[in-house]
Amino acid sequence: MLKRLFMLIALALMAVLFYDIAGNYSERSELTGISKHYATEGASELGAANLVASVVITYRGLDTLGEVTVLFISAAGASLLLRRRRSSAEKDSGEDIEGGTPRQYAESSEIVQTTLSILFPIILLFGVYIFINGHLTPGGGFQGGAVIASALLFFILAKPNDSLSHALLMKVESLSGFTYVLLGLLGVFLAGGFLDNRVLPLGDFGSLFSAGLIPLINVLIGLKVGSELGSLLQKFKE
Amino acid sequence: MLNIPISSIVLVTGLLLILIGLWAMFVNKNIIRMIIGFSIIDTGIHMVMVALGYITGGTAPIFDDVVKVTDPNVNIVDPVPSALVLTAIVIGLGVTAIMLSYAVRIYNAKHSLSIDDCAEQKW
Repeated sequence: MLKRLFMLIALALMAVLFYDIAGNYSERSELTGISKHYATEGASELGAANLVASVVITYRGLDTLGEVTVLFISAAGASLLLRRRRSSAEKDSGEDIEGGTPRQYAESSEIVQTTLSILFPIILLFGVYIFINGHLTPGGGFQGGAVIASALLFFILAKPNDSLSHALLMKVESLSGFTYVLLGLLGVFLAGGFLDNRVLPLGDFGSLFSAGLIPLINVLIGLKVGSELGSLLQKFKE
Repeated sequence: MLNIPISSIVLVTGLLLILIGLWAMFVNKNIIRMIIGFSIIDTGIHMVMVALGYITGGTAPIFDDVVKVTDPNVNIVDPVPSALVLTAIVIGLGVTAIMLSYAVRIYNAKHSLSIDDCAEQKW
């Protein structure tokens, strides 16, 4: 009962704090500080139409690299936690689960399987479209990668007895992560600093091949996030 | 019709979601429900951040026919909180994945999802 009382007190204190924040809030009417610089100079400096993309990929590129690393570590941690332990599983549950062959799941219905064969390439293409146009339209590497992962999830749901190739996913992921860092290092030698996008020419503003490295890095992040989330889903299925 | 700015509606909803999520984490014994409470807090924080980046009458920070590069008078919302929320969503996803895999491990070890059965660390 005492625990419940403390809980209520904590919630009430939080509520008072939040009431204060909400009461003193007034909507801003113009950009200030660094955002104003991004808004006025961003387009001419980096040549990307999508300001959020130029903030994410270039101005705060190091944060994004760290974020990709966090995602990688969490995928690695999840696969460490979810790995099958052959010895202990055999000890207490016999050989029915770990008998050499993977567990058999019931086949999904014909409707789902037919939909998969029609929609799977379209969803993949949509994901690729989102991350290739990340510097022009809303979207980017992370969003496109999530769409690709949803296609992989659909595959896992429709064909539960087939599994995604772990080796391939791992290769795609580590290769794109490596290339990302390499492109970032290229910026140190050829442009202003680490992850500077002006290694390649900026091109025509608003066209597909513009904004220097931003589309390339978006593609790499998309591939990395897609394969990472795919292997995470595969791990959770097993 | 009251004249409430849209961003304060989003802000208040976000703060309420944070409270609801905290309450869910406090009250529930089931680990999965606690993880859902965490996700609700996560969403609330994202809403608060987006609301703080809103500029009156602002539109998406993407240059096109409406928002001209040469014309700085058109209002766009602050791009920095949007970028931060993008980061926060991805990291929240990673943290949730780790928590769920811990839940799977706990279930395999104890055959129960109640936090009361994890008594080793209790004070």
